[in-house]
Amino acid sequence: MNATTSPPIQRPGEPRRKGFGPVLRSEWTKLRTVRGWVIGLAAAVVLCVVFTFVVGHGNEEGGCTGPPPPGSGPNSPGTNCYTGHPFVPMGPNGEAVADSYRFVEQPLTGNGTFTAQVTSLTGLVWTGPDNIEPSLAHTEPGLEAWAKAGILVTPSTQQGSPYAAIMATGGHGIRWQYNYTHDQPGLSGGITSSAPRWLRLTRTGSALTGYDSANGMTWHEIGTADLTGLPANLIVGLFVTSPVSFESSSGGAATQATATFDHVTLNNHSVSDDGQSRSIGTGSRDYYPTLGTGSTHRSGNTFVLSGSGDIALAVNPLAGGDTASSSLWFGLIVALMMVIVVATMFITAEYRRGLLRTTFTATPERGPVLMAKAVVIGAVAFAVGALAAAIGVPLGMHVLNGNGNYVFPSTTLTEVRITAGSGALLALTAVAVLALGAILRKGASAITIGVVVFALPYLLGQLLSGSAQEWLFRITPAAGLDVLGALPRAAVVDYPSTVANGYYPLAPWAGLAVLGAYTAISLGTASFLLRRRDA
Amino acid sequence: MSEALRAEWTKLRTLSGTGWLLFGAVVLTVAVSTAVAASVHVASGTGQDPTKLALSGIYLGQTVFAALAVLTISEEYGTGMIRTTLTATPRRLILLAAKAVNVAGLTFVASCLAVSGCLLVGRLLLPGSGLDPAHGYALVSLSHSPTLRAAVGSIIYLVLVALLSIGVATAIRDTAVSIGMVLALLYLPPILAQTVSDPLRRHLEQIAPMTAGLAIQATTDLRSSPIAPWAGLGVLAAWATVSLLLGGMVLRLRDA
Repeated sequence: MNATTSPPIQRPGEPRRKGFGPVLRSEWTKLRTVRGWVIGLAAAVVLCVVFTFVVGHGNEEGGCTGPPPPGSGPNSPGTNCYTGHPFVPMGPNGEAVADSYRFVEQPLTGNGTFTAQVTSLTGLVWTGPDNIEPSLAHTEPGLEAWAKAGILVTPSTQQGSPYAAIMATGGHGIRWQYNYTHDQPGLSGGITSSAPRWLRLTRTGSALTGYDSANGMTWHEIGTADLTGLPANLIVGLFVTSPVSFESSSGGAATQATATFDHVTLNNHSVSDDGQSRSIGTGSRDYYPTLGTGSTHRSGNTFVLSGSGDIALAVNPLAGGDTASSSLWFGLIVALMMVIVVATMFITAEYRRGLLRTTFTATPERGPVLMAKAVVIGAVAFAVGALAAAIGVPLGMHVLNGNGNYVFPSTTLTEVRITAGSGALLALTAVAVLALGAILRKGASAITIGVVVFALPYLLGQLLSGSAQEWLFRITPAAGLDVLGALPRAAVVDYPSTVANGYYPLAPWAGLAVLGAYTAISLGTASFLLRRRDA
Repeated sequence: MSEALRAEWTKLRTLSGTGWLLFGAVVLTVAVSTAVAASVHVASGTGQDPTKLALSGIYLGQTVFAALAVLTISEEYGTGMIRTTLTATPRRLILLAAKAVNVAGLTFVASCLAVSGCLLVGRLLLPGSGLDPAHGYALVSLSHSPTLRAAVGSIIYLVLVALLSIGVATAIRDTAVSIGMVLALLYLPPILAQTVSDPLRRHLEQIAPMTAGLAIQATTDLRSSPIAPWAGLGVLAAWATVSLLLGGMVLRLRDA
């Protein structure tokens, strides 16, 4: 300490007021004693919940499959009309999955080895209009990169069962995949008559292992899945499936793949004739769009299978699904605008009424005053957002379910993150516009700029599309909304992971960090100006 | 009435903020249109509407027009000037009418400039982005009657938004709350419409002030527009009328 610093003047009898606590308390008193602000903040919670209900209620799912007979109404006999959403299977870890394929199944008791040679893999793409059931009537040749043909083992053909599969794909070489999310690459290159591929899948206890080979002599192990709890009796067999293509149509076109398998053996014997051939997950109530139900032809030890569908994580827009946060976010923007108004007035009202001079007389250090205001409005805004989301998330899911909408399953952790994230979104925005109010000092300009910078990007985000939309949710304060992202991304599916489909461009907390950067910049500027300027 | 008009004109004219806000509104509108016109690409979507793209700055520019309109009445309450004003002009509805006429006039002049700027930008920049006759798009030109309708309609749209804002501000009196309310009224219904499914979405877009009013800007593919152009502007006019009536009634019945 410098010797010339004079000690603070302390008159006898005067209460000692030191530190941040009293400043914080006085700011809290200012906030809670203005009736209009308290009503506004309470109304923000109520409106958020009300609009969550309105949005959830405004979304109804239902429809008809199959073309209506000519000259008949939509509900006439012949069309399969239903309310509610199609069936979306749930995988072993509670995730939404696609599980639709053509399968020739053989029983497998105990340990065993299944081997097959894939000699060709071709495909067809639906080219007909969007509004009719895809069939083989309108197609053009085309093989999807994630078309799959190979050997699959599973305890049950019920959709969503655990599985492991070694497969040849349309454009990603040989792959070893299990339980919808795990994927390991093997030999690269496509299947041609000059370069067929050999596939092998073995079971030893609970360990399932996939091998590939270019010549059927030298085998290379790709990966192992340890599926604990496997029963002794499993089902093993050849499968073919081909996912929806988004290359030419944003809504997706169903595809079909056809594969020829040769030298098919189970435990070094050719497979028995009673192997059952069927299509799984291709019914009219199954959500995954398929191009027909496929077919199986066998001559001797050669199988030709056609199949359509996918075995992977479920993705939007195919599942057409809502999420835990999909009916919440509009209400949250309404609450955000109300919080912006209150947070701005929290400081501009002091400038307008001249109260700020009293405040600075009581607490001459200006930094702590701004910090105390930021802490108070930030905490209150956090409470508003978290409370609104804590009610809105379960309410929205309940209303959406009741309306027959499919809601993607979410973990408790995700729901907690959405709730806390909603609070943080409102808190960061509140602090940012408070700082904006301190910078501009005028309520009118601060609110206008606050709404334009911190609320309007969300609206623009709805109107834009494509990369402009992606960048908006990456670099503007609207990135904060990324914290509401609730859909898992699928690495081994080609799909449009756009904001419109519910996939935000940034990881949840990274999105909040972008918003936080805006808050930090405005708070820093405000703190600097407040020290430099007369009040 | 003429004295009230002159008094309000003097107040509005002599505030330094008025000129800056009008200047800012024109610049912001034209700047946003320029950014949109420069960044659009034909490949990014089919069936673009060149006139609508050229006028897209109004989405953002209207906030400043609305702010100016709100300020003309709410700042009088904020500073206490309203008591002096009402002493000079005791007939309150005359006062409100005088304010509305002045703000509408200024908004009209500024929005004429803004819309002309937007159309000029569209004419100069859009062909460079591939929106030219070679790709089947008409050049932005006032000799094209739908474009003329969109341009005139956009000017009327901005005037109506200003009148709507005056009504809201007269009823609410506080600057910050009034601006928040006007912006919420303009921007929230379109977002809500995006989150719900038809037919609720279409109904919302038909009755919301911004989506209905901006239907006047559509020059191609009118069938996909939620409401017919002039009918949409009529909806916005109804909003402005109701808001002015409400503001007038509150002003009449309440102590200042």
